[in-house]
Amino acid sequence: MAKSKTMTVLGRVAEAIPTLIGVVIVAFLLTRALPGDPAAYFAGPAATLESIQEVRVSLGLDKSLPEQFIIYVADLATGNLGNSISTGQPVTADVMSRLPASLELTLFALVLSLGVALPLGILAATKPGTWIDQLCRIIVTAGVSLPVFFTGLLLVYVFYYQLGVAPSPLGRLDFVYLSPPHVTGFYVVDALIAGDGATAWAAFRQLLLPAITLGLFTLAPIARMTRAAMLQVLSSDFIRTARAAGLSWRKVLFTYAFRNALLPIITTLGMVFSFMLGANVLVEKVFAWPGIGSYAVEALVVSDYAAVQGFVLTMAVLFVTINLLIDLAYTAIDPRVGFDG
Amino acid sequence: MNKPSQTTDMIKPVSGEDGISLADLNAAVTRQSGAAAPTRANMLRHLAYILKSNPMTLIAFILFALMLVAALLGPLITPYDPLKSSVADALQAPSLAHWFGTDDLGRDVFSRVLMATRLDLAIAFSAVAISFVFGSIIGSLSGYYGGWLDKVTGRIIDTIMAFPLFVLAMGIVAALGNSVENIVYATAIVNLPFYARMARAEVNVRRDAGFVQAARLSGNGDIRILATQIFPNALPPMMVQISLNLGWAILNAAGLSFIGLGVSPPTPEWGIMVAEGARYIVSGEWWLALFPGAVLMLAVFTFNMLGDGLRDLVDPRQRS
Amino acid sequence: MSREEPTSTHFSRRQFMKSGVAGAATIGLGMALPFAKVLPASAQGGSTVVIALGTTINSLDLHRKGTNRPSYQVAVNAYDRLVSFGTKTMPDGSLSYDSSVIEPDLAESWSFSEDGLTITFNLRKDAVFSDGTPVTATDVKWSLDRAVTLGGFPTTQMKAGLLENPEQFTVVDDHTFVITLPKFSKLTLPDLAVPVPFIINSKVALANATADDPWATEYLHRNTAGSGAFVVERWEPGQQLVYTRNDNWSSGELPEVSRVIMREIPSPSTRRALVERGDIDMSYEVPPKDALELRDKGDLNVISTPIENSLFVVACNEIFEPFKNKKVRQAMAYAIPYEDIFKTAAYSQGVPMWGASEMSPATTQWPQPFPYSTDLEKAKALLTEAGYPDGFTVPFYISLDLVSWMEPAALLIQENLAKIGVKAPIEKIPGANWRTAALVEKRLEMSLDDFAGWLNYPDYYFFWSYLETSLFNASNYSNPEIATLVEETLHLATDDPAWEPKIKRLIEIAFEDVPRIPLWQPTLSSAMSKDLGGYEYWFHRQIDPRKLSKA
Repeated sequence: MAKSKTMTVLGRVAEAIPTLIGVVIVAFLLTRALPGDPAAYFAGPAATLESIQEVRVSLGLDKSLPEQFIIYVADLATGNLGNSISTGQPVTADVMSRLPASLELTLFALVLSLGVALPLGILAATKPGTWIDQLCRIIVTAGVSLPVFFTGLLLVYVFYYQLGVAPSPLGRLDFVYLSPPHVTGFYVVDALIAGDGATAWAAFRQLLLPAITLGLFTLAPIARMTRAAMLQVLSSDFIRTARAAGLSWRKVLFTYAFRNALLPIITTLGMVFSFMLGANVLVEKVFAWPGIGSYAVEALVVSDYAAVQGFVLTMAVLFVTINLLIDLAYTAIDPRVGFDG
Repeated sequence: MNKPSQTTDMIKPVSGEDGISLADLNAAVTRQSGAAAPTRANMLRHLAYILKSNPMTLIAFILFALMLVAALLGPLITPYDPLKSSVADALQAPSLAHWFGTDDLGRDVFSRVLMATRLDLAIAFSAVAISFVFGSIIGSLSGYYGGWLDKVTGRIIDTIMAFPLFVLAMGIVAALGNSVENIVYATAIVNLPFYARMARAEVNVRRDAGFVQAARLSGNGDIRILATQIFPNALPPMMVQISLNLGWAILNAAGLSFIGLGVSPPTPEWGIMVAEGARYIVSGEWWLALFPGAVLMLAVFTFNMLGDGLRDLVDPRQRS
Repeated sequence: MSREEPTSTHFSRRQFMKSGVAGAATIGLGMALPFAKVLPASAQGGSTVVIALGTTINSLDLHRKGTNRPSYQVAVNAYDRLVSFGTKTMPDGSLSYDSSVIEPDLAESWSFSEDGLTITFNLRKDAVFSDGTPVTATDVKWSLDRAVTLGGFPTTQMKAGLLENPEQFTVVDDHTFVITLPKFSKLTLPDLAVPVPFIINSKVALANATADDPWATEYLHRNTAGSGAFVVERWEPGQQLVYTRNDNWSSGELPEVSRVIMREIPSPSTRRALVERGDIDMSYEVPPKDALELRDKGDLNVISTPIENSLFVVACNEIFEPFKNKKVRQAMAYAIPYEDIFKTAAYSQGVPMWGASEMSPATTQWPQPFPYSTDLEKAKALLTEAGYPDGFTVPFYISLDLVSWMEPAALLIQENLAKIGVKAPIEKIPGANWRTAALVEKRLEMSLDDFAGWLNYPDYYFFWSYLETSLFNASNYSNPEIATLVEETLHLATDDPAWEPKIKRLIEIAFEDVPRIPLWQPTLSSAMSKDLGGYEYWFHRQIDPRKLSKA
């Protein structure tokens, strides 16, 4: 019996909770399993055993593991993600400032990627088995077969260093510009909101190269899914009927076929997006992008527990949210979904 | 909830009531066409057909064979000792003497790339094998028995998947230490959920199918049915994913090397060679990163193409 | 070399860098001028300099727990100290601090009592903080109290100069400050010139202190309240730090540059690309390979300065049984391929530290070459003598943070050791773990190390790395004679007749026992545009932009 849609939604949300609990526990254990001693690191150069012990106490790391866990969970309940040892800021503040940078980059990369992958996928689906199909396959697979940091450095070398056409890879905004007043955290959007075209354009230019690097990587899953989904739909009965009824190829393709192929494409998009968010640490390093990925790597290397936990939790929540949204999109688009197995 | 390996074109389930959504079922049912195993002659004929109509797949097979040969024979046929340094010859451009040039310690890049084939393929195969075996077992059991086993494993799998893949892999390697084994384990853990989910869906769909009930009636035990009747039908789509995952496993190792958590020097491994070689791009010594990078790309490419080919071979409805 | 900005902005970057544009008078966010949304140029003219760093600044307060080394530059540039070091010109014409000359900073003069146990400082009468309020002895006392009280590295560093507790610091009047010492130490004055004892505006700090936070660590973590040549205008953690010149600076000649932008760019390749294309003025601390190549190319100025009192060494840890035997350590010293390492890891930049002819030092020069060179025969012979004719296996560790020199060095050493039967599998250890394993637990059987002492005295180096209790003694080395000698020389003036022979004896023991085998003395190189002059090298290895000038 199909339940009502709200029940389905609430059910999905409820299901996500044990997952989040699991994430909280695993995040804690993982960071505690890291062999480094942050106290030694942060006691700094020329620290003695006493000063390291001092730092350890002040960081609360001298308490037993269960005790630390309880403190950690209690803090979480009040929305306190702790303080990052390395930046000295509350982790929440760090995440709030670094996350939009990654989000902006990832979203923009996805948009670019979609712009290329969708047409390629549709094209390949309409001419399966031909050399066009093969070519599309080769192009997208090539994009995903190279390590992302390699493509990044290569692009910097060719387009910035040799040709000089790309803007300097020194971060989100050239130093000549001040960051726009914070509304969303997306520099392009915020600058436009503030009515500052020059800054928006500058932020946009800085986005190009890193977004292209990331986008190359996401071409494959999107194109392949588009192709597969389109093929599936195109071979179905109702399309054949539409063609037999004399509807133009174009109308069939875009009005009927593509719309029906959307569902799996959206699912893929969601998964690709959350994967990218965590994986763009490599791109951030190359382009000096102050995003959440590089934040996590720096924190991991110095065993900055709170920061790593905060990062992991944020990512997990985002991931769960995105999947939830996709579920909802599915439920909304496809009335057949809502089936309890 | 589900996450793909790098490339997937399966219609992937979203979290449903039972963890199985209609899309899930759709996909599984579509593949159920293999209830009766095709004969060997049919398979070979089909294979020939696929190869003829898909030159890329043929090329992929050939490349794969070449890689296997390189992995097996590689270390024996290298022109130079991949580990021996020769400071006087450092950073030489590709030439007749050194086809891929030399690195910062004067070692022959071609020899190192060749030798690395064995290690990289080993990492990829073992990581994927582990995640496949354990993932299938866990997934099949949950899909067959359902109940609390299913719920618990489902949540555990979801938890693993909720972690940003790369950070999870990083964290595991950082926690367990910097060694080849740990890279393999980290990659395996990170890939496991995918196989578990797939096995679960496939088994769940066929759990009450006709042929299963027949087997049960004739007195076969559950595990036997699972192993001999149900699971083989789930194999084909999983084969496809295996080949795609192989490529991803190599890229994962490369990424870990870039941030310093890779294989220990002086062992050559494609990823670490690209990571270290990347530093030399701007100063003009392009060969240090390009050749290992190109070979790495070729390997991942081959696996991806193989995956496509396998899919075509296995599922007529989904072929190009 | 500088590219013009696209015409969508109504001024070019070149213009911005040169500045001096009339009418753009304000500092801070937009004030309804044509440059409102961009960093305004300074009213008084002077130029802007952009410097790329590979490290990240994580606090504006050096005394805070968890502040990393790169953050020390804020203490250097936004604050003054009682005294500072002088400047000398290096053979290549570049500037460097002079460790032998102590100069006035906030203290215009000082005097020692007869017994050397009391130092009286007379503060400048015209010294003011950046907000215009005068610098008084109260501020000095508060700041020094803070340095010795907050713990961690700062307190340890203060101890080196026998500055240990607040009772030693006395305010006589607004401009007179007294420090009392338990005994005379040559290190006290130099220790007052290191970044640690910086002088804070105590009124501002106390206004922002709380009962829980009496030293205003929260406030000073994110704000500066100093009298230095520069003021921190903007700090965006993880991205950049922007200094503006403090026109009230009284401790020296006003800097020519009016703004310095420190941009954080983690990838060295990206930094190199940026400086070569002229989009930044300086890439600070470039790797030796880049230094060599950029110098050869000729488009940029590359300045390399040997880092004083520092060595890259191989540490043989006595927790590993064979290393307890001096002969084994000497064997290792003979097995190292010094020339090859110097060429590949250092690109021949630095000072070679091998190949001396005598087992006894002729001078107290430190560092100086050790009497070892690559001689595999000798190494093998020593191993056999020590009872290890077949060699052994020893794990060899390097730090992930320093992999650029440690990896090639380790690989070459490994190869050579294999020739005398010693297997040394290499393991890379990341960041936080390295410090713990190598220095706190001292459990790494064999490792590479890079200690550099801030105060330029051999006894200082030995104090930090050759005593049983020394933090940097990764070898677990212990020698009572060294302990005595260090104790006797650490605070002794260098012109005391007892000093020189004791130092020579220290070095002689180091030659013979080699718990630490030196490879070379490193250099610090920076690449900058030819328009930029006035680069000065400091022992703290932070950028000091005070003397920078742009053509």
